[in-house]
Amino acid sequence: MSAQINIHNLKKSYGEFQVLHGIDLEIVQGEVVCVIGPSGSGKSTLIRCINRLEAFDDESEIAVDGIAVVPGRALAAVRAEVGMVFQSFNLFPHMTVLRNVMLAPMRVRHSTTKDAEARARVLLDRVGISEQADKYPENLSGGQQQRVAIARALAMEPKVLLFDEPTSALDPEMVGEVLDVMKKLAGTGVTMVIVTHEMGFARQVADRVIFMDGGNVIEAGPPAEIFDNPREERTRSFLHAVLDH
Amino acid sequence: MDLFSTFFNMPVLLNSLPQLLSGLLVTVQIGITSIICGLIGGLFLAITRLYAPTIVQVLVRGYIDIFRSIPLLVLLIVVYYALPFVGIRLSPFFSAVTALTLVSAAYTAEIFRAGIEAIPHGQFEASAALGLSNRHTMVDVILPQAIRIVIPPLTNNCINVMKDTALASVVAMPDLLKQATQAQALSANPTPLIGAALIYLILLWPMVYVVARLEKRYSRGR
Ligand SMILES: Nc1ncnc2c1ncn2[C@@H]1O[C@H](COP(=O)(O)OP(=O)(O)OP(=O)(O)O)[C@@H](O)[C@H]1O
Ligand SMILES: [Mg+2]
Repeated sequence: MSAQINIHNLKKSYGEFQVLHGIDLEIVQGEVVCVIGPSGSGKSTLIRCINRLEAFDDESEIAVDGIAVVPGRALAAVRAEVGMVFQSFNLFPHMTVLRNVMLAPMRVRHSTTKDAEARARVLLDRVGISEQADKYPENLSGGQQQRVAIARALAMEPKVLLFDEPTSALDPEMVGEVLDVMKKLAGTGVTMVIVTHEMGFARQVADRVIFMDGGNVIEAGPPAEIFDNPREERTRSFLHAVLDH
Repeated sequence: MDLFSTFFNMPVLLNSLPQLLSGLLVTVQIGITSIICGLIGGLFLAITRLYAPTIVQVLVRGYIDIFRSIPLLVLLIVVYYALPFVGIRLSPFFSAVTALTLVSAAYTAEIFRAGIEAIPHGQFEASAALGLSNRHTMVDVILPQAIRIVIPPLTNNCINVMKDTALASVVAMPDLLKQATQAQALSANPTPLIGAALIYLILLWPMVYVVARLEKRYSRGR
């Protein structure tokens, strides 16, 4: 089976400063990939290239479900299939929770209000927020907001979900509730690419862990391999630093 | 003659009142038409200024800077007295509305631009990631949030447009000020002018009050 996400020779620079140095990566449908690595290693940039929130070099190629991620009409199709959850939630503050989840299906998929609402309620129930449907985001806790953000992404029935440190902005006691929702998602067939510092979570749910440093993929493999038996010295010292405290 | 019967001459005021009120109607018509056209034009200019191809952006920027620099009275006189030389002959009403709109759109554009730029980048990114088109991003996500920010300065701009309608009297527009000066000439008494000044106050004071309230409310909000 061919890969669902195909990344070939991905290069990205900010002016003179090259952030990604020609990354090659294939991710198959339903796979859960966790990306780990030190700050500034290019993890966010990598996943933000997948739905082209960041532009990348012309010679680089990314395809999702066989559709090239290039500017123009095709990009809208890719973005409709690829959901994203941000560190800072980015809910729409002027809409109720319910409306937040309903908006994209209505505008992009042309769902009727009735269908969109029914589906939104199912999803909010799934992430455990059904009671808060008519509240505004500012009245929810961080953990609740992030779960709404996940429901909002799911409302588009994406084939791929990208997470950029979804729990890093949360108070410690709320991290668990968000990770639990993500655990339930893993194995439902949706492909997940997760940038995270939660090593325990990565070990538990990832099919594959990717370690990045300095804009390169240093090492990739099943969690047991990466966490217990890393081949590369850089991986070892990184894990040593983060797992030690 | 004492001061009171000179400046606050009741019979003269009552006599000129119908004339003043018809002037008020014209003033309000010019003002509201210009405000609406200015809002539409300004929103269009703001979005072009932010998202159009670079050349268009530069042109729009030029437009905005020029029309914020030129004195409105000069512009009005150019529109009314100079354009006929190239075959463009606008009625006094349309001359006034055109000049006011051109300037108001420039100011409004800057207000909208500041409002849009004040929206956090994450809102644009979340919209893009969901696959929303640029139009839907603007209409459903960005503008509803920007509106809260721009309402106080927009209201302020409306006040300015309303005040500036008085300049229309120089192109023979029978607005409130023009009617007042005519009534004054007719009755050889300045009371109609005082009356007009009071009417301007009654019209605009509440708006000034509203702006102050809005500014307070929205600055507290965030
Ligand atoms: N807009 C930008 N302009 C210039 N440099 C940038 C920009 N965004 C990111 N960078 C740089 O690119 C590099 C990679 O950034 P990126 O955000 O992908 O790292 P990261 O691995 O996600 O780090 P973190 O764990 O801190 O989120 C960093 O050195 C960063 O300073
Ligand atoms: Mg990051």
